[in-house]
Amino acid sequence: MAIDTRVVARAAHLARLQVDDNESAELCGRLNDILAMVDQLQQADVDGVAPLAHPLEVHQPLREDRVREPDVRDKVLPNAPASEDGCFLVPRVID
Amino acid sequence: MSQSSMNGGWETVIGLEVHVQLATESKIFSASSTRTGDEPNRNASLIDLGMPGTLPVVNREAIRHAIRFGLAVGAEIGRRSVFERKNYFYPDLPKGYQTTQLAEPIVGPGVVDIELAPKGNEGGQGEKKSVRIHHAHLEEDAGKSLHEDFHGMTGIDLNRAGTPLIEIVSEPDMSNSEEAVAFARKLHSIVTSLGICDGDMSQGNMRFDVNISVRRPGQPLGIRTETKNLNSFRFMEKAIALEVARQIDVLEDGGEIVQETRLYNADTHTARSMRTKEDANDYRYFPCPDLLPVLVSEEEIAALKDALPELPDVRKARFINDYQLSGYDADLLSGSVATARYFETATAASGDAKLTANWVMGELTARLNAEDLGIEHSPVSAAQLGQLIQRLQDGTLSSKIAKQVFEACWNGEGDPDRIIEAKGLKQMNDSGELEKIVDQVIANNPAQVEDYRGSDDAKRKKKIGFFVGQIMKATQGKANPQQVNQLLQQKLQ
Repeated sequence: MAIDTRVVARAAHLARLQVDDNESAELCGRLNDILAMVDQLQQADVDGVAPLAHPLEVHQPLREDRVREPDVRDKVLPNAPASEDGCFLVPRVID
Repeated sequence: MSQSSMNGGWETVIGLEVHVQLATESKIFSASSTRTGDEPNRNASLIDLGMPGTLPVVNREAIRHAIRFGLAVGAEIGRRSVFERKNYFYPDLPKGYQTTQLAEPIVGPGVVDIELAPKGNEGGQGEKKSVRIHHAHLEEDAGKSLHEDFHGMTGIDLNRAGTPLIEIVSEPDMSNSEEAVAFARKLHSIVTSLGICDGDMSQGNMRFDVNISVRRPGQPLGIRTETKNLNSFRFMEKAIALEVARQIDVLEDGGEIVQETRLYNADTHTARSMRTKEDANDYRYFPCPDLLPVLVSEEEIAALKDALPELPDVRKARFINDYQLSGYDADLLSGSVATARYFETATAASGDAKLTANWVMGELTARLNAEDLGIEHSPVSAAQLGQLIQRLQDGTLSSKIAKQVFEACWNGEGDPDRIIEAKGLKQMNDSGELEKIVDQVIANNPAQVEDYRGSDDAKRKKKIGFFVGQIMKATQGKANPQQVNQLLQQKLQ
């Protein structure tokens, strides 16, 4: 699959990124380079190799179910552009 | 195919996705509290806030709860399960992705058996059906967007963000709202019996997404819509009826169903499309690089299986056996753990299971419903109801006075025995004292007596009511109605 400016526009929209025409042309080139490398990877013979979710042969350590996080609200809330009554404020969203 | 699923020659096909909040102390990927009702953002840690540089650590108990559910529905447990990122942007999801499972969930295919309410007379057998579980996966809940009280802005509270959920996905095995509700209730009963969910629907502990399509019998599945976020059994039933009717209308008018997400409004009993741009649903799942595969050992599964609490079907069978309840009564009383516990405690105190069952399902349930209370918050405790029923059994109370005592107990006036004593409510079983009152009433009402004596048997039956009423009034309802009737019939001959 070749990446054109339409695909870049769609990916940018999904990621909520603003991309202008110049950037789009440059990104097309770079993304196509990456895909070319992926194409090369796909030449590899993986018959009989199970799909891998993680490159390390280790598994997830688990945590005991205990509450031990400090309340950081009063430190993080002032970093937000707007807050009120302990809530972060964002432009109105209703779907 | 049952009658109710056929609608003018249309067949309905329903599948459910059920979000169940797991009753852990801490969140699935962070050690902040899952408690509700606190001030906004008091339980939102740096991980829940999606701060750069933080790493999730999985809560063992969330894994164990999911396994408990899988075992309860006879599902294969994923010995190895993988967390993935589901990418979308919404302000109550600060990381920009929900950590969930997709290709390798913790719970594989299983089955839930449901039984519908018997048709016609109570006590009969209801229709039985099996609903297949496609799988159930672990994921994190999102925060809350508050649209009111912020003068045109939206407030974000992330206390709920990261609360562990299992999403249970059924096969499209239900063919009407009754079956869908029976399935939803059964799931509620299973997860609360397991103790893995608090089951408080009003708090969003369980939320239902309903996939609905209609088709002509024998035809392939129709296009489905998804009605999201229903949090009561009653709303679910109504929302399904509304959507089925809408789809049939559209199709009969020659239109086409559009695959979309719909939102039901219980206040207006209407639903609207939440259709967003098609590409908004491109979630670009990929395995979460911050989390390793979760492995579950055979020993752990065996230990959890051995320690499973009594499940609803087993409890129901036990209620039928031990208490001689009908299938219908046993179903109602065993479905919720809280109700089952109440019933058993009250029965132990009263010594009469059938009468206790009637009081729990009748007077108590009516009163709880009227005040919108769960049975675990009943002002009349199980022990108190048991005592009340015992007094009814031993003849201390008439059923009419028993209701009065129940009322007083409900209002916090103490144990039934104390109320009976304090208010002098003991039923008058002394026939000598009662006889005096009967004589007096007869003496005071010569005209009615004459009228009664001049009537035929059929009319007498009605007219005796006047005397019974007078005597009850004179005894403040404490007379034993059977004794009153006997005495009156003797004396009015």
